[in-house]
Amino acid sequence: MSAEDPAAAFRIEARELLDQVEQALLDLTHRLDDLTLVDAVFRGLHTLKGSGAMFGFDALAAFTHHIESAFDRVRKGRARATLELVATVLAARDHMRALVEGDAVPREGEAILARLAAAVDGPAAEPVVPTQSAVPMASAAGWHLSFRLPREALVHGINALALLDELRALGDCSLVGRRDTIPPLDQLAERECHVTWDVTLRGDVPRAAIDDVFLFVLDDMELSVAPLARLDPTSTAAEAGAGVDAAGEAGRADADRPAPDTFGARQAARVAQGELVRVPAARLDALMDRVGELVIAQSRLSQLAGDRHDLPLRSVAEEIERLAAELRDTMMLLRMVPVASLFGRFRRLVHDLARETGKAIALETAGESTEIDKSVGERLFDPLVHILRNACDHGLERPDERVALGKAATGTVRLAAHQAGGAAMITISDDGRGVSRARVRAKAEASGLVAPGEVLTDADLLALIFHPGFSTAATVTSLSGRGVGMDVVKREIERLRGTIELVSTEGVGTTITLRIPLTLAIIDGLLVRVGAARYVIPLAAVEECLELSVEEDQRSLGRSLITLRDRLVPFLRLRELFATGGEPDPYQKIVVVSTGRERVGLAVDQIIGSHQTVVKALSPFHRGVGTFSGATILGDGAVALILDVAQLVARGQQAEAMEQAA
Amino acid sequence: MSALSVDAEPSQSSAAIAWSAHGELEVLSFDLGGERFAIEAVLVREIVDPLPETRVPGAPALVDRVVNHRGRIVPVADLRAAFAMVAAPPGAESRLVVVELTLDDETLLLALRADRVHEVVTLAEASSEDAPSVGVRWPRAYVRRLVRWGDDVLVLPNLAAILARALGGAGVSE
Repeated sequence: MSAEDPAAAFRIEARELLDQVEQALLDLTHRLDDLTLVDAVFRGLHTLKGSGAMFGFDALAAFTHHIESAFDRVRKGRARATLELVATVLAARDHMRALVEGDAVPREGEAILARLAAAVDGPAAEPVVPTQSAVPMASAAGWHLSFRLPREALVHGINALALLDELRALGDCSLVGRRDTIPPLDQLAERECHVTWDVTLRGDVPRAAIDDVFLFVLDDMELSVAPLARLDPTSTAAEAGAGVDAAGEAGRADADRPAPDTFGARQAARVAQGELVRVPAARLDALMDRVGELVIAQSRLSQLAGDRHDLPLRSVAEEIERLAAELRDTMMLLRMVPVASLFGRFRRLVHDLARETGKAIALETAGESTEIDKSVGERLFDPLVHILRNACDHGLERPDERVALGKAATGTVRLAAHQAGGAAMITISDDGRGVSRARVRAKAEASGLVAPGEVLTDADLLALIFHPGFSTAATVTSLSGRGVGMDVVKREIERLRGTIELVSTEGVGTTITLRIPLTLAIIDGLLVRVGAARYVIPLAAVEECLELSVEEDQRSLGRSLITLRDRLVPFLRLRELFATGGEPDPYQKIVVVSTGRERVGLAVDQIIGSHQTVVKALSPFHRGVGTFSGATILGDGAVALILDVAQLVARGQQAEAMEQAA
Repeated sequence: MSALSVDAEPSQSSAAIAWSAHGELEVLSFDLGGERFAIEAVLVREIVDPLPETRVPGAPALVDRVVNHRGRIVPVADLRAAFAMVAAPPGAESRLVVVELTLDDETLLLALRADRVHEVVTLAEASSEDAPSVGVRWPRAYVRRLVRWGDDVLVLPNLAAILARALGGAGVSE
């Protein structure tokens, strides 16, 4: 494969940096005094500027320079971090993103810089004293430092000598390298940094100046700083301890944000740690295809081996079966990504929604480490945006209403994920006003979904929300109510072979639970035969299988309902639906499938058995056909279509409704 | 769906024929339903023997089958459905011509039915003409050019226009 285009590599890196900056900025809106966050933003911007210039993104570098300078003033205590400043820098982040992607509008950049100047130089710009550290900020006599660089410092391209020179430039400085931390020769790795330095720095040097020298290594290094004047043994130890603590804390808080130096160093760090490898998704997909083919070839081999009385052949076939299964499982793991990246994108959404609606909204997240298939995550994004918007826009009350109701002024939206069996559960809950049954009912009656006065269970009433064309918003705002309702969300979730459930208590809040299969790439299926063709029914949707008795078969020719434990269940004859032609098998089997509460029976000629299936997408010609969600390749190399249970259930309900009307 | 707009105007660009500077074009020619068709050779990925086919119930007749081609599920297009020709079972010389197309910004493989595949030939723009508006039984938009080759006339089909109707599963009527 060809080497990566450096500009493309930079874009990937820049997007990641900008996302980190965004997260830090969003954190900052809650903790304006947190200098760790200010530092994180500053470092991100600094790295972006440096590597931007290196890779020829000059406009980006120039623009970023202004933002970085502004943040530097905050960092040095010359300006105050305000909500307005953070909002401006968030806008600037979006502009930088546009610069990275090459679709920026120059005038926007100028407007942001003007806003920025106002935000930083405004009346609030009196010096502030950072509150982060217990160590004195200034010491007239000077400082005593003891530090040890991170072991990989040299590998990361950090020039230790340059750091020492910078220290010297601060004032009269004596440096002693301590060799006691150097391991014996046979354990010495020549690229690691082992020396500990003791430094006595005399003169009126601010503490922050020392931290500046170590800015990019601070998170991983050991550093203790003590003022020189009080160099008696006890207090040195205490102060040194405090210094270490401060550095250690910064390190912990930033643990998931790598300490950046330059783009190159970051790349090197990643490789050195052996943690992550960036692979284009297309290559993973190609590998997945090959593994799928291998699984198919393997099942043919097993079939052939099973037909012969050749023990050595059989044992090889079994060996290959085991290996192929393991390979497939490993492949699945490769495609899994934590939902954290998905959730992270919603923080900005909620932040913006709060500003737009004038509501105070806190977003809580939990279970970010839950992993789902990458493609599932991508397809979950839009439905989740819609649900979150609904929660913020319609669910949560305005702050004054909330206070009047005795609730906290700030509304809470909670986004949580956890794994349950072969599925990921994602819940979106708010502590807002809940779903007004009366309004749902009024709306449904107005649009003719239910007859006035018709008796409905609470669950049936709530289910109306997912009915096509239903929207309860009393006023149409810019956020939601664009004609796209929860029915679209439901369809999208069902397309992911997931389910959606809504629970709501009026006045207390609403919880929506999504149950999403961990992966779309493989499903357990039930293989059935209809006429000469074979089809796969997702096993998760199958409730039971039964035989259609001859009498019932005869009786149900006119109508398609069977009695299942005293309940009438509509059923579809797949032979008729698929226009198979030919004579049906004498004993038709019924596979009862369900989506949540609705059930439908599917009449087939034969139930062949369970079958683990590598799911392949249908071509654009067949995606819209409706009754199939994908296809798979069987052991003998033939293609079998996978039934779309949600669509079939909907058809069954329609058929039932028509019969009841008749 | 956006697919509906395909035969309105974007087909102009996809229908354009990439004649070389010398006014030549390399094509693969094949027989189907008594006509001789030609497909740009650069589109052709492979020519394979007929494969076991799976019918997709409800799909438009033009592409109502899929095959397993090297682990990928590839739709089979029967141009006879577009050119009002009578379908016939595959014969001894039947082949599938696997082509790679970009439709609606999506690259996909498609297997075209052929009764018999001929060689790759070089056509000359000078001996090509537009399809006449009378005297042919098929929709004019489905043919880009007719090209004389020896005693034969080759049909350069407009695959984008033909397939546009089948995109998104349209054509299902109950």
